Amino acid sequence: MTGISKHFGPVQALRDVHLTVRAGTVHALVGENGAGKSTLMKILAGVYQPDAGRIEIDGRPQVFAHPAQALAAGISMIYQELDLAEHLTVAENIFLGAEPRGRLPFTISHRQMIAQATRLARRFSFDIDATARVEDLATGDCQIVEILKALRHHASILVMDEPTSSLSEREAARLFEVVRRLRQEGLAIVYISHRLEEIIDLADEVSILRDGVLVHSAPTARLDIPTIVHYMVGRELTDFFPTRTARIGDVLVQVQDLASAAGIRDIRFEVRRGEIVGMAGLVGAGRTEIARALFGVDPKTAGQVRLNERTMSIDSPADAIAGGIALLTEDRKRTGLCLELPCSWNITLPSLAQIGFTPFIKPARESRIAAEVGARMAVKWASPEARAGSLSGGNQQKLLIARWLLANSRFLIFDEPTRGIDVGAKAEVYLLLNQLAEEGKAILFISSELPELFGIADRILVMRRGRLVGNLVTKQTTPEQVMHLAAVEERA
Amino acid sequence: MNKFLRQLLPFGTLTLIIAALAALKPDTFLTMENFSNVLSRSSYSGIIAMGMTAVIISGGIDLSVGSMMALSGMVAGLVMTGNGSVVPTDGLMVLGSFVGILTGILCGVLNGGLITLLNLPPFIVTLGTMSAFRGLSLVMNNGMMFDVPAYTFLGEGTLAGIPVNVLIFCGIALAAFFLLRYTPLGRYTYAIGSNRQAAWHAGVNVRRNLIAVYTIAGLFVGIAAMIATSRTVSAQPNAGLGMELDVIAAVVIGGASLSGGRGTVVGTIVGTLLITFLRNGLTLLGISTNTQFVVLGAIIIAAVALDQAARAKAETA
Repeated sequence: MTGISKHFGPVQALRDVHLTVRAGTVHALVGENGAGKSTLMKILAGVYQPDAGRIEIDGRPQVFAHPAQALAAGISMIYQELDLAEHLTVAENIFLGAEPRGRLPFTISHRQMIAQATRLARRFSFDIDATARVEDLATGDCQIVEILKALRHHASILVMDEPTSSLSEREAARLFEVVRRLRQEGLAIVYISHRLEEIIDLADEVSILRDGVLVHSAPTARLDIPTIVHYMVGRELTDFFPTRTARIGDVLVQVQDLASAAGIRDIRFEVRRGEIVGMAGLVGAGRTEIARALFGVDPKTAGQVRLNERTMSIDSPADAIAGGIALLTEDRKRTGLCLELPCSWNITLPSLAQIGFTPFIKPARESRIAAEVGARMAVKWASPEARAGSLSGGNQQKLLIARWLLANSRFLIFDEPTRGIDVGAKAEVYLLLNQLAEEGKAILFISSELPELFGIADRILVMRRGRLVGNLVTKQTTPEQVMHLAAVEERA
Repeated sequence: MNKFLRQLLPFGTLTLIIAALAALKPDTFLTMENFSNVLSRSSYSGIIAMGMTAVIISGGIDLSVGSMMALSGMVAGLVMTGNGSVVPTDGLMVLGSFVGILTGILCGVLNGGLITLLNLPPFIVTLGTMSAFRGLSLVMNNGMMFDVPAYTFLGEGTLAGIPVNVLIFCGIALAAFFLLRYTPLGRYTYAIGSNRQAAWHAGVNVRRNLIAVYTIAGLFVGIAAMIATSRTVSAQPNAGLGMELDVIAAVVIGGASLSGGRGTVVGTIVGTLLITFLRNGLTLLGISTNTQFVVLGAIIIAAVALDQAARAKAETA
């Protein structure tokens, strides 16, 4: 790609960007949110047309007026939000739009489709059942389906946008293997990620975008994380994790023998005031399920939750909120925000009664309150009345934290709060966590990224297969030990 | 096109229609009598549209409003006439009106209860109750109507020269406006329609609120039924046939989204008036009711298409 420029209205999204991706290599594309990574890739995939610049594949100039043309030229994209028909099977998804014909006109040969899909999967040694429904698959397997779909299109260039953002470490490791195999097969892979560790590990070359400009491009061997971060943000991120200053107080939350129908059992732990307790584990280990049971989303089948020595009876999120518990869910679009509604409405939603808006809401006061808590959380918005959907991912997350700050929750559960947000926003979230702890709140911090658990948590709980298998003081343990507990089955 | 202009679009169309009609038929259209008549005729569909606005904002739909109106009217007629055996007295008419309105409320509770407790799609539940309510109204008097010749106050009465039903419409519109904008119930309705899961995770009691929304819709239908009964001085089992479509059209023309989370009382009022004046104008221009259906259909599609195009532009810019 040479001299690519693109603007949307007055915003210059890309300025004279050059990008060269070689066959048989993994080329990482990094940059903060809004740096122009997605725009650049959408131009490559024919979704947008550039204002200026050229695209060449194998030395031949290409013009893509439409995604179908890019696809035909061998460019496949795997978006962060996967693009699969959930109710269809793996094979049906792979062959969507190009189903093998049956003997009768207008029919599909399911037998052939399944056979071809299985053959394709085997050629790349993927272990996947072609007849399974996509809705029953784990996220990692869904990605394999996307990759197979791309391979079926004879892709020579594969763009992966944040493929590991919703994967556990084990699933991610499997994905890396797949990516390496595809590289061996001669594919060119453009790999977009916020996780710099995996980029160092995986990529052959790294290109860094900042504010629509390509600021640096070099072989990975000549880069390290601090250098990449430096190019991304244009400043050194020395204090990526804040110094923990909170004084840890007395026990606020006691979880006793908790179990739920979702498969967690015998969960027992405490969280003190001012303490950040991290929770590690693989996807499916039951971390989110603990959060859901504590917040009244899943019914408890056993055990009890005590807050401040008082046993709580929690049958719904409304009960939990009334008791002072908050949950920042892992999927802020699905279970967090009302995207079409104003930011201020999203902030006050659980607190209308608490701030005296029963029986009547006072819009001017609401706007003022929202502006206040929003400012404390450093939410960047045009105004509190802006639609929540108009904010960037990091700001949406801060909006939700502001919501629970206003609700005056004492025990806050954060489920993957930094997923899919850029480095700068992550650092801000860590800072906010630290502030909340300082104010004496108890925090349960669920994360799939060990570095952030080690960077911010006082203790780390480790989950495996619905059980709590470790309760470690961060300073006295190592990432290897946590990984071992999370991933390795003990011999009986 | 900015947000403000977009909201003005249906309003502008309405003004345009009125201006065009005033120019084309100044002698018949621009009379106090015609205006008063048009507003009075749109009052009961307008009242129902207020409830429908809340239902649609919550992400639901109520197809049963036409049948519910007939049923409420028939129950009121039954009470007023002692099942056709007596001439209604003032006392019976007041009692009948209350029982009729109560019928609407109960129908709404039934709709909301079935939707939330059985977790069924509103479209299906109200499709079912649409048929059931219609059937009940027909069964009540073997498909015959109840005559209530003295029940004229709501249909023809005036206060200070303004038709009583128009005043009731204004009152209900104000109440609905206030409810949706300034009460937690209204706020929760928007939240549920925008993202039901998120609303529940934020502690909103989704079931209770949805039942309340359908119940209010039923209350408004009950009130509208009394006006409709009074206008025809009879309770008719076939009243409100096909009315749900007019009402839903008014709400949608007014800018509400059938996927929920979006809609306003002011928009719906404009939508209702737009449909009514359009009908009135076409009639005055000598265009048959049959052709009017075609025009109305085209307007609905055009209005939503324009709104969507403007929205898409506003969101990419």
